[in-house]
Amino acid sequence: MTAQKETETTVVAGGTGTAAGPEVEQASPLTVKTTKTKTRLPRWKTLRRDILRDWRLYSFVVLPLVFFGLFRYVPMLGNIIAFRRFRPGGSIFGDEWVGFHYVKMFINDPTFWNVFRNTLFLGTLSLVVIFPLPIILALLLNELRSRKFKRVVQTISYLPHFMSIVIVAGIVFQLTSRNGTINQLIEKFGGEAIPFMQLSEWFPAVYVGSEIWQTVGWGTILYLAALTTIDPQLYEAARIDGANRWQQTWHVTLPGIRPTMIVLLILNIGTFMAVGFEKILLLYNPLLYERADVIATYLYRVGIVSSNFSYATAIGLFEALIGLTLILSANAISRRAVGTSLW
Amino acid sequence: MVATNPESVTDIGELIEQTGPSRGIKDTRGYRIFRWINGTFLIVMMFVMIYPFINLIAQAFSSEGYINSGQVNLWPRGFNLDTFQVVMGNSMFWRNYGNTVIYTTVATAIAMVLTTTYAYVISRRNLRGRNFFIGIAVFTMFFNGGLIPNYVLIKSLGFTNTIWAIVLPQAISVFNLLVMKSFFENFPEELEEAAAIDGLTTYGIFFRIVLPLSKAVLATMVLFYAVAFWNSWFPAFLYMDSAELYPVTVFLRNLLSAATTADSLQGGGADNLTQVASNVKAVTMVLTVLPIICLYPFIQKYFVSGVMLGSVKQ
Repeated sequence: MTAQKETETTVVAGGTGTAAGPEVEQASPLTVKTTKTKTRLPRWKTLRRDILRDWRLYSFVVLPLVFFGLFRYVPMLGNIIAFRRFRPGGSIFGDEWVGFHYVKMFINDPTFWNVFRNTLFLGTLSLVVIFPLPIILALLLNELRSRKFKRVVQTISYLPHFMSIVIVAGIVFQLTSRNGTINQLIEKFGGEAIPFMQLSEWFPAVYVGSEIWQTVGWGTILYLAALTTIDPQLYEAARIDGANRWQQTWHVTLPGIRPTMIVLLILNIGTFMAVGFEKILLLYNPLLYERADVIATYLYRVGIVSSNFSYATAIGLFEALIGLTLILSANAISRRAVGTSLW
Repeated sequence: MVATNPESVTDIGELIEQTGPSRGIKDTRGYRIFRWINGTFLIVMMFVMIYPFINLIAQAFSSEGYINSGQVNLWPRGFNLDTFQVVMGNSMFWRNYGNTVIYTTVATAIAMVLTTTYAYVISRRNLRGRNFFIGIAVFTMFFNGGLIPNYVLIKSLGFTNTIWAIVLPQAISVFNLLVMKSFFENFPEELEEAAAIDGLTTYGIFFRIVLPLSKAVLATMVLFYAVAFWNSWFPAFLYMDSAELYPVTVFLRNLLSAATTADSLQGGGADNLTQVASNVKAVTMVLTVLPIICLYPFIQKYFVSGVMLGSVKQ
């Protein structure tokens, strides 16, 4: 009873403040007053007062929430068409249930297992080859004494990061073409020119090479930042204990940047299944499908090009669920094993 | 304030200078050799990284015959500006270039409004529902609807062949949102309290105190978004059916795909071309990246500070 009364009084107080015009309302004193009574009230009863106090802030979230709802969460629910028949022009959530029809379809589809294998292969290759390189480059940069030289290396190695994937694809075509620089080098050393973009066994190398070019420099930023946080006294202590440069790097520097390494590793594992969809879409051609076709490009062809929306959604949902599982388990393992995690 | 100012975290080089394995009074012989190898390696690496750009520019100024016989590497052969004239005389190229400018401007403006307001709200520590608002955004980083449901949604909204298909679905990047959130969280509370006592409402505080003092981080965000939208090609490729609506990236993509063998993807206006000359491709690529390359020396430090700001764990 008393609680109710108190709520009413504050509401009135807040109400008059607003009614008297925004310039009279003083957020701070009002806040102090409400928090005093708040502690004794159940949560739901304070709701009205909180809204009255912060309605201007809440008005800011309306458009962003519409954005997240419409463009992020509606498509998530739209995955339901993996289990329903979809008619173009009909409801975006499909027309009738068909159960696991489309799931069974891709499990029995030999092409699906081929693209699944390619995805795992390219994903693993990217993780194993590309993940350690920025760490090594950051350590090498860290050994430079000339600040100018270091800055030049950084500036040049960050540049590819800013290029559109379309440009990267154009550059790859240019360098790997019949008369491109790579084939010129091969011929100079007495080899035979290789038609890179026609031989599927070369695709993983071309793909990973272009990924390295585009990401290695930019990837050093966070490691370089982490390196600056290492306490110089640790190096001194190590030196007094007789550690040489290599031992200092191994026992002081690397443990110092370990949290950064683990966080980035977890994030990389999370994007493992979504291997460079846009880049592969630009680079590949039917001659390369055997090794270059991944889940994302396959479902693009099945869904968008051939309009099998439900079938493609089933494949996409499968991929997204694997991705979510990977990042959740990587995070959980890391939290238990080394005490570092994303959340 | 010092800690929140992006300028203060910009100079990585300066910070690194003071750290790293301690420098001995006299280096051992092994370490001196290592430094030589390290320096040489980094010079070679720089050359390899910059080479594709040099090659691209050399091809843009060369004549086609020299390129196709593999004689253009570091320096133009058969120097000419004709290709530039041809590409720049193409009205569709300019039209698509103009589209890119329009899409980038509109998309960045919308993205900034949504990201800034939302980031400000989720940075208020004692706001009711804050964790819910954060959770809604962060979850979309790890799970999203996927290609087909998004495609179906955009089609059914009637966004096909309109600018909305490009500018709305990517309006909030959660990474940028978190960067802004951690910036606002470090904003000095006393300033806002003083403004409140002086009678400013939340709107007044936000527009007259917070935003004017956040110019550096706002500039960083504008650059992050603008570069991303400038480089983007896939949404336009997916939702635009007419060559007149393409951004320049899709124009370029069609040039490239017209030249690759037996391309089975749905193509655009360039499908009728069987072979596009290498120098035309090179010139189009140069013109597409030109704004970014020209701005790059000036904007690089903002990007670096943005990434470091975003890496601060909440």
